[in-house]
Amino acid sequence: MPVTVKTFQALSEAASALSSDRTARYLGGGTLVMRDLNEGDVSIATVVRATDRALNSIDAAGARVRIGAGVTFARVLAERDLAFLHPAARSIGGPAVRNMGTVGGNLFAPAPFGDFTVALLALDGMVSLQGGFGLRDLPLEEFLQSRDRQAGALVVAVSCARPASADAFRYRKIARIKPKGGSVITLAAHLPQSGGRVTGARIALGSMAPTAIRAKAAERALEGRPLDASAISAAAAAAGEGTAPADNSLASAWYRREVAGVHLRRLLSGQES
Amino acid sequence: MAKTPLQFRHNGRDVALFVDGGTNLLVVLRELLGDVTPKFGCGQGGCGACTVLIDGEAHLSCLTLADTVEGRAVETLDGIKTGPSLHPLQRAFAEGFAAQCGYCTPGMLMAAKALLDRNPQPSREQVVEAISGNICRCTGYEPIINAVLAAAGSPRASA
Repeated sequence: MPVTVKTFQALSEAASALSSDRTARYLGGGTLVMRDLNEGDVSIATVVRATDRALNSIDAAGARVRIGAGVTFARVLAERDLAFLHPAARSIGGPAVRNMGTVGGNLFAPAPFGDFTVALLALDGMVSLQGGFGLRDLPLEEFLQSRDRQAGALVVAVSCARPASADAFRYRKIARIKPKGGSVITLAAHLPQSGGRVTGARIALGSMAPTAIRAKAAERALEGRPLDASAISAAAAAAGEGTAPADNSLASAWYRREVAGVHLRRLLSGQES
Repeated sequence: MAKTPLQFRHNGRDVALFVDGGTNLLVVLRELLGDVTPKFGCGQGGCGACTVLIDGEAHLSCLTLADTVEGRAVETLDGIKTGPSLHPLQRAFAEGFAAQCGYCTPGMLMAAKALLDRNPQPSREQVVEAISGNICRCTGYEPIINAVLAAAGSPRASA
């Protein structure tokens, strides 16, 4: 069924077009919306696009990096200052998908997709939204909890913390198909240390719930402790707490729950997957 | 629903046409321009059979909204041979038995071309990575990887 394509230069106009029309979907790189259109999704009658160059900007100079929602994974990979995000960007799709898929769109990717968002969530991600009343920033965790109700808001950019050291941030996507396949479970952990003890640990899991979630029980198990075998065991034992994975062709919910702790243990102790 | 005008460069030739809203680039190429070299596989971005180059980069034409290629250069398998001469990648695929049913071949060739255009001497790992978004269900990946490496050794591979 033909849809109406509306292209705007200004983000505010695109946001208005999006919020005033329940049948409108924002088109980023196309890998989610075009897929729905190809499958005959009749709930989409309008496709909204924005061409504002702010969507493609990257500010990687400070302690927090800001990435425009329209930045593709290929561009993330080309940016040396974003090296800590390269493993997450590289784990997505093949080259064509990485040339198309965007950082902003990834926030909306349903499980078992949305791996980049897992990395952002562990790095204290924030989402910049353009609504009818201007720009506002929302913690990524809060955004994900209300994602289904965010259809009318336009994501303009995401930001996240730059890890204190290369070793403080770890990311791993477990897939059955090599080199590229959908996620059985995706893990990211930011483990800042102070005086030999973990302070402010953030652990995020993908494919363990409808959206990326934090493994808060595992975070608590590490807090204030050295990253040693007993702390890692406690975190691994708590990895499944609060998760609600789904069955799909890649893995059953039971399997995902069973292996979450195994893979978290390997990630935290620096073992190969 | 009104059609919208669209102009872009198709294999070095400027084209202008009218498209329905929401039409993907694969439909434009196959049904409106008659270039049936990109294939429809899954329509979901999972198979890579519809891979084309947009401004030299590999894209999935089935997930590309036609409007987004306005003013850009789209290259398909139909455009990579020179007159009657096959592209070195095509020749290497034929000589290395890298095509069996042939359905994935156009996507494989375009993904491989995107690699060789930027990196004329890739390692085996780089070839594997370059075609990692392209699924083959009959030939097997080994002959395809070997053919890309063989083409990389030939002088016109990056042409």
